[in-house]
Amino acid sequence: MKYVVQIVGVGGQGVLLASMVLGSAAMNSGRNVAMSEVHGMAQRGGSVISTLRIGDNVVSPLASEGEADMILGFEPAETCRNLTLGNKDTVVVMNLDPVYPPTVTAGLSKYPEISEMTAAVAKVTSNLISIGATSIAEKAGKSVAANAVMIGAAAAAKGFPIPKDAVRASLLSLVPEKFRDLNEKAFDMGYEAMNK
Amino acid sequence: MSANDKGKELLLGNDAITRGVIEAGVGFASTYPGTPSSEIGNNLEKIGDKYGIFFEFSTNEKTAMEAGAAAAMSGVRTFVFMKHVGVNVAADPMLTLAYGGVRGGMVILSADDPSAHSSQNEQDNRMYAKLALLPMMEPSTPAEAKEMIKKAFDISEELTLPVLFRTTTRINHARGIVPIGEIKDVPKKSQFQRDLKRFVNIPSNARVNRIRLLELNKKAAEMSEASELNFIDGDGKIGVITSSVAYTYVKEGLKNVSILKLGFTNPLPEKKIADFMKGKEKIIVVEELEPFLEDQVYRIAAQNGISVKIHGKRTGDLPMAFEYSPDTVLALRDIAETGEKKEPLPKPDVEIPLRPPTLCAGCPHRGIFHAIRKAVGRKPVIYSSDIGCYSLGASPPFMMADMILCMGGGIGAACGFCEATDQKVIAFAGDSTFFHGGITPLVSAVFNGHKFVTVVLDNRATAMTGHQPHPGTGRDHGGRKTEPMDIEALVKGLGVNFVITVDPYDIDASVAAMEKAIDYDGLSVVIAKRACPLELKKEKLLEPRTCRVNQDTCKRCSICISSIACPALMKKDGIVSIDASQCIGCSMCGNVCPAGSIEVVQ
Repeated sequence: MKYVVQIVGVGGQGVLLASMVLGSAAMNSGRNVAMSEVHGMAQRGGSVISTLRIGDNVVSPLASEGEADMILGFEPAETCRNLTLGNKDTVVVMNLDPVYPPTVTAGLSKYPEISEMTAAVAKVTSNLISIGATSIAEKAGKSVAANAVMIGAAAAAKGFPIPKDAVRASLLSLVPEKFRDLNEKAFDMGYEAMNK
Repeated sequence: MSANDKGKELLLGNDAITRGVIEAGVGFASTYPGTPSSEIGNNLEKIGDKYGIFFEFSTNEKTAMEAGAAAAMSGVRTFVFMKHVGVNVAADPMLTLAYGGVRGGMVILSADDPSAHSSQNEQDNRMYAKLALLPMMEPSTPAEAKEMIKKAFDISEELTLPVLFRTTTRINHARGIVPIGEIKDVPKKSQFQRDLKRFVNIPSNARVNRIRLLELNKKAAEMSEASELNFIDGDGKIGVITSSVAYTYVKEGLKNVSILKLGFTNPLPEKKIADFMKGKEKIIVVEELEPFLEDQVYRIAAQNGISVKIHGKRTGDLPMAFEYSPDTVLALRDIAETGEKKEPLPKPDVEIPLRPPTLCAGCPHRGIFHAIRKAVGRKPVIYSSDIGCYSLGASPPFMMADMILCMGGGIGAACGFCEATDQKVIAFAGDSTFFHGGITPLVSAVFNGHKFVTVVLDNRATAMTGHQPHPGTGRDHGGRKTEPMDIEALVKGLGVNFVITVDPYDIDASVAAMEKAIDYDGLSVVIAKRACPLELKKEKLLEPRTCRVNQDTCKRCSICISSIACPALMKKDGIVSIDASQCIGCSMCGNVCPAGSIEVVQ
């Protein structure tokens, strides 16, 4: 058994925390993992990718193009940019909340409409699940819990090999105590959003 | 990382290395921060003290190497670590240190950065092992790194030589399950024993020590030959010779091959390699960057009369530039049997804007860059820049870097630009890089009578690598507290007559200071001082406030965006608004707004 998750987004969105949560959950469920992260200069508002590979024989921290079983897209443009990490069977979870690149905020380049991006992705894969993580997080109490929503969504994805409870426990062990309730609620709402 | 002393943990490569250093009983550690090695220093800053490790952020890698050399000569287990280009800075002491060697185990970690993710080049520091005649080890995974670093200390002590421990980004920033082991009980203090012949490398002793070093390399070769760090994995008629993270790609990506996995890579186990090659149908050498192993494999084959086709970079089968990935190995399908490659999804048919790294919202560098642009106007200027967050000033709208070489290099190069041209030269340095390598060239500028402007972008931290302290901030560690060093007083003390400190959030004052500095007929220094807001956020010292555009009075001129270009400013259909989730309320945009339409809300 091998399962590969590519978490893509923008520096500062909580991509690293998400990969740590899923990786720890896998380890605590007795699985072997190999992961790779982006730190340093590229983190400063740039595109970031975290790779998580779960399986008895995994040693490589990087995955080949097309190898992902799940693309957990924290940001729609980044999901589009990195879609080639997956294949026709890959579950694509795409958060629809945009983070605009500086060239866009400065009015120098155009950020595509969300509907344009979902349509373009849906055209090449039938496994797209889009999710409004920030609005769900707001319902859970605070928009900053959007990453917990995404983690909940990942736990609910078809074929994801780690039990929901293990992922939730891992999340709660890695967030500050005073935010546990918020994160737990956001996680559960993210999980449920996938089953709708 | 946590400070657990048992069980297993999911560790970043740099956490695993830190743990290995703790388990090895290291007593002295030193560094200058640099990606991809920085997290090791952050860890030791937090927990080194608990394990009796004296740890210092040295002013630069050379100092870190010299301090570490002395600790190791004294008999204490010593760990010196830095990014690949840092080894260039530290190379001077390192190469002579090899001559006299060490008493306590010493490991020098070089964190290389193939693909230059966070670096100015992708140099392959394995070449230093050959140049310095130092034994070298290369781990492939975080778990292996932890175990290997302990062996490196043992080998260093047996050989009385420092060991080069070479990692790459995909080891430092990989994460894997690492079993926590026992901590070796090693004395953290020792007594330096005088040995003039070994440690005083005047020519007569250096010549003797050169022979000593060559003899020790023979011993090292025997140890490499017998080392379990060099092992054969799998059977097949095709032989693959590999090291570092490339091994993991080979291990998963190639089928029915025999892999010679090398962990002790200088000196190479020549007999083991020759025996491995004998009878093989073909050999593939898989390593990132330079053909370090490959060229030696050719030589070993020639010396041993082995005739076998060797595939690698020299045959054009594998690339020399950039980091490898599983796809690099899967592309060898014409040479060996490869694993299954899944058909990637096509790129979706929608144009996605680029997202390069950028200065953060509220970054004080934005203020001083804008002020400089305004003060310079149309004058012909050369921007001689430096390595750090201000390197991001190379991008639009600032375009404020005409040249970047190395830390402190902006000031050094300004000495040449100002004499070789009639253009005005503005040199940049960060606060940390000023201490790292900026003081010496500034002294040279005073001494030689150069005329240029130096701007020290003082954001009160070594920010890019994760806000490590530096001499300008002072340090509180292990029960010692040192006072911040005043850059302005230091610069004045060097004999610079024109020095101004400004707050880059105060745009008008910054423009005025820059105008004066540019007009000054001599050497001028402007210190733009304002703490990095990311650091303040981390320390919970940032007041919660935000800016807001008054749309009733806004003249839609977009000067805020064209001058500060803060990512919290958002322009859509000609209307500028502020993203409250990003804005920190620094008010730089408000300071440039001609209509006074941007206000701060608490």
